[in-house]
Amino acid sequence: MNLMFPWLILLAPLVSATAITLFTLRWKTSSSAISIAAVLVSFICSCLIFAHRTVAAAEFTWIGISGVFHVPLGLTLDQLSRTMAVLVSGIGAVIHIYSLGYMRDDEGKSRYFAALSLFMFAMLGIVVANNFVMLFIFWELVGFTSYVLIGHWFYRDAAADAANKAFITTRIGDFGFMIGILMVWMATGSLVFAEIAPRMSTIAGHPLLLTIVALLIFCGAVGKSAQFPLHVWLPDAMEGPTPVSALIHAATMVAAGVYMLVRVAFVIQGSPAALLVVAWIGTITAVMAALIATQQDDIKRILAYSTLSQLGYMIMAVGLASNDAAMFHLFTHAFFKALLFLGAGSVIVMLHHEQNIWNMGGLSRKLPITFASFLVGALALIGCPPFSGFFSKDAILALAYERNTAIFAVALFTAFLTAFYVIRMLLIVFFGNARSDIARESHESPPVMIVPLIVLALLATLGGFAFFARSFLSLPVEREIAIFVPALAIAALIAGSGLAIALYRNRASEPVDLELLRHKFYFDELYSSLIHWTQELLAHVSAFVDRWIIDAGAVGGSSRGAWGIGALLRLVQVGNLQAYVFLFGLGVVAIIYFAIFRF
Amino acid sequence: MVLFIIFCPIVAAVLIMVGAPARKTALTASVLTFAATLYLLATFGDGEHGFQHVTSFTISPEWRLSFTTGIDGLSLIMVVLATIVTVAAVWFAGTVERYENAFYACLLFISGGAIGAFASIDLFFFYAFHELALIPTFLLIGIWGSGNRVAAAWKITIYLAIGSFILLLGLILLYQSFPPAFRSFDIRRLTVAVSLGQIPADAQHHIYLLLLIGFGILVSLFPFHTWAPEAYASAPASAAMLHAGVLKKFGLYGLLRLAIPLVPEGARHWTTLLVVLLLGNIIYVGLVTIAQKRLDWMLGYSSVMHMGYIFLGIASATILATTGAVVLIFAHGVSIALLFAIAGELRRRTGTLAFDELGGLARIMPFAGLAFGFGVFAAIGLPGFANFAGEIMIFFGAFKHGWTMDGFHIFQIATVLALWGVVISTVYMLRAYRKTFMGTVSEQWKQLVELRPTLRVPVTLLVGALICCGFFPQTFVRMVAPTFRTYLTANR
Repeated sequence: MNLMFPWLILLAPLVSATAITLFTLRWKTSSSAISIAAVLVSFICSCLIFAHRTVAAAEFTWIGISGVFHVPLGLTLDQLSRTMAVLVSGIGAVIHIYSLGYMRDDEGKSRYFAALSLFMFAMLGIVVANNFVMLFIFWELVGFTSYVLIGHWFYRDAAADAANKAFITTRIGDFGFMIGILMVWMATGSLVFAEIAPRMSTIAGHPLLLTIVALLIFCGAVGKSAQFPLHVWLPDAMEGPTPVSALIHAATMVAAGVYMLVRVAFVIQGSPAALLVVAWIGTITAVMAALIATQQDDIKRILAYSTLSQLGYMIMAVGLASNDAAMFHLFTHAFFKALLFLGAGSVIVMLHHEQNIWNMGGLSRKLPITFASFLVGALALIGCPPFSGFFSKDAILALAYERNTAIFAVALFTAFLTAFYVIRMLLIVFFGNARSDIARESHESPPVMIVPLIVLALLATLGGFAFFARSFLSLPVEREIAIFVPALAIAALIAGSGLAIALYRNRASEPVDLELLRHKFYFDELYSSLIHWTQELLAHVSAFVDRWIIDAGAVGGSSRGAWGIGALLRLVQVGNLQAYVFLFGLGVVAIIYFAIFRF
Repeated sequence: MVLFIIFCPIVAAVLIMVGAPARKTALTASVLTFAATLYLLATFGDGEHGFQHVTSFTISPEWRLSFTTGIDGLSLIMVVLATIVTVAAVWFAGTVERYENAFYACLLFISGGAIGAFASIDLFFFYAFHELALIPTFLLIGIWGSGNRVAAAWKITIYLAIGSFILLLGLILLYQSFPPAFRSFDIRRLTVAVSLGQIPADAQHHIYLLLLIGFGILVSLFPFHTWAPEAYASAPASAAMLHAGVLKKFGLYGLLRLAIPLVPEGARHWTTLLVVLLLGNIIYVGLVTIAQKRLDWMLGYSSVMHMGYIFLGIASATILATTGAVVLIFAHGVSIALLFAIAGELRRRTGTLAFDELGGLARIMPFAGLAFGFGVFAAIGLPGFANFAGEIMIFFGAFKHGWTMDGFHIFQIATVLALWGVVISTVYMLRAYRKTFMGTVSEQWKQLVELRPTLRVPVTLLVGALICCGFFPQTFVRMVAPTFRTYLTANR
């Protein structure tokens, strides 16, 4: 195969984004056509590379100063990245097509598709990057496209604020990530993954250093995968168009943190202390987000919190040192969560952008195909056999049972909560009586939106079976104890669903009111007061000092002028700037003349 | 060719003064200069050390003073920066109500002076050209400025005059500190003399301090920075573009060109001081920037803050970091010019740049929103723009300085704080963009007019330069790194 061929995966969407920005912003149909063509090219190339097991790609120098610093641009094409490339470009393609329907009448359609193409470029870049700096480059670009797409309707205040919040919060994570990268480079002398791995022994002698490095790199994932305590941006990101929520804020970008940790597992796994922190951060996020989800009323926010919770499971698996389990859940979650978001999008569009579940109801009869596919997604999410989520969540639970009982207990409780809030949402949205006029008048979505739902529903059903998943991933090994864990998981599932049915069947309003959960544990309030009392206070104090002490002092000093040209020219008292400047020029020339030539 | 690039703007300025049509002449001259620079760029010999295209006219053999010009990788990039920004500044200037000819002549004098300073190999002309460029800057602010323009003009004049004066003292001391046999105005000869160990360490300490403060005031090094935001807020957009983008970089260029190679021992001696001051630029001024309530002041302070990163590259004095500093000088110059240009267009239309009164303008002026967005994301170091390439080289180079496995030392701590500065600049830049271009539009702005279509040319030029260098920084690195390799290996 040609050495440039694998680069086509990245180049196609880049060319598309550039072409749309430069030429077709006014022609919406051409923009969407270009963008879809590009993602299909990426998908086909990914599949060909996936099938073709030995592929090499050309390598370039991005920055190189011989003997000092070298950042190559090269591709890693191992099992992990080839699978991920197929997954990302495949789901990307499905969502591009779905967007044709969802964004049909949007005035910013060209901008939307340009950003979507740029996102594919950036996300696939993360997948295939072969070194830390290249990974970081695409990492930041993904954050940028996320910003653009969350802020797609930038003239709405909520969307504009959410975009800023997402970008700034992830940048805080990237602050740590970058320090981690710098330290890895210093300790091993390289940035390329394949070169660092064998050199890890140089850090092994400094366990504290290794733990710090591992945790700093983990910071990047905390930001990007929205883990506690930087999780606050993801629910707000739902202000973006729903296909974006499906592609970026559920299936791919937020999973990039998990993927990155798996990619650099050789760093993380060297430090048991760091692993423990990672596992607990994942666990805390999983249970916290599930608790919050039980009291939300916006269909997209419920899904967003469930995404947080499932990402928590994946991070937990990484912390329990099983890349296979983390990647397996990432793989199945991508299908069923994209499916759930697209299903929600179908509901939202047909209800004229109504997102409050209490204004829905009885939609199973109005939108039968949407309902059926949403049901598949929901059952996969709560881990109901035989849907895909059952297998992958079971793998993580079994792992936790084996390695850390406390984490296992919390994870099991989270599974119970998941069943509870998902069934609650299903009942309120699709069953009972329609609770608003728009809900009564709704009808099924157009085929361009329905076909992607069916494709994803199939994948969400099949994705967990070993015969299917094994052709993409190396699955975690089944163990003897395995029968005990799924039994408990199914018990939790039944308990959660039962409780939800008992509480929410045929309800027209919320029967439970838990302030703490409704206000998301007050994280937003806490952070804004924190920002107010630190950053804003410091900023205003600094601005005061700058204006009234540094500036006033310096200017006062120079105009009182014991020395310098300021005082000299005050004597002239011309007050006319032109004359002043002329004198200044003359003076300088005179000084030079006397100083140098008449010394 | 180098002489043409220096004198084309100056001659055009003189022609305009005597009555040539202002805008056409200025635009033609700046485009010609830019084209000639592109030719230099294309024919630049990458592998060669030292200066190329050298021409020399002896003025005083006794004093070894000659008008010598030439370019190496470092000065070529500065010249490229100057010519790109000049084209954009002239293009954005549009029609000027009062004394149009004088206005355009001033712009071209700044440009010619800056280019002359960057391409001079002779110490005397290096200094003189910079002074030539400073004077029209003061005039532009004082005559064509807005707001409290006279006060701002006075302030920048006093500050920069004092800075130039201290710098001059430093240069004279530097010249005097060579034994008579080695005295020369030729920077190349001086460099050779230094590598033979001609300046005692003691003298270097004084000289470097004077150079640092002198150049530092010109570049708004903390705490000598308060002239900058006020001057840029008052200056007409084109003047702010040329000064913040190009002329201000003279101080950084001077440190790279003179201080590092000629007084390396002095540089080493004052490293800690410089690191503390540059952190003042990054953290303290960064915080001040967050508190700003007007777009022009915010941009002015942000340009002060970003100087801190370049100083970090200079302070660490490693090949990697100084090369990164040059890339960042270029990147910052182009991006701040873009931001000031768009802000100027906004002020022309709205008459105000207070955040409280603006909002949602991207809906009314989508192209302005897009262009400003490019500038914003370049400024906060988004990969793909040149700024990121420069910053990352500085971070890696600085972090490496004095690294050991058992703990952080001054440069590691400084790098970490500088990285936090990236978060700070993200906060103020995105907040400003949010308050200006996003959100709901108030009734009064619904009638605003979009930028003239012809302005797409300079915007594309600036954005294109940022993206080209951001995607292919190696082109720049290959030109600049050899310069520093000679300097830095000769000295340590």
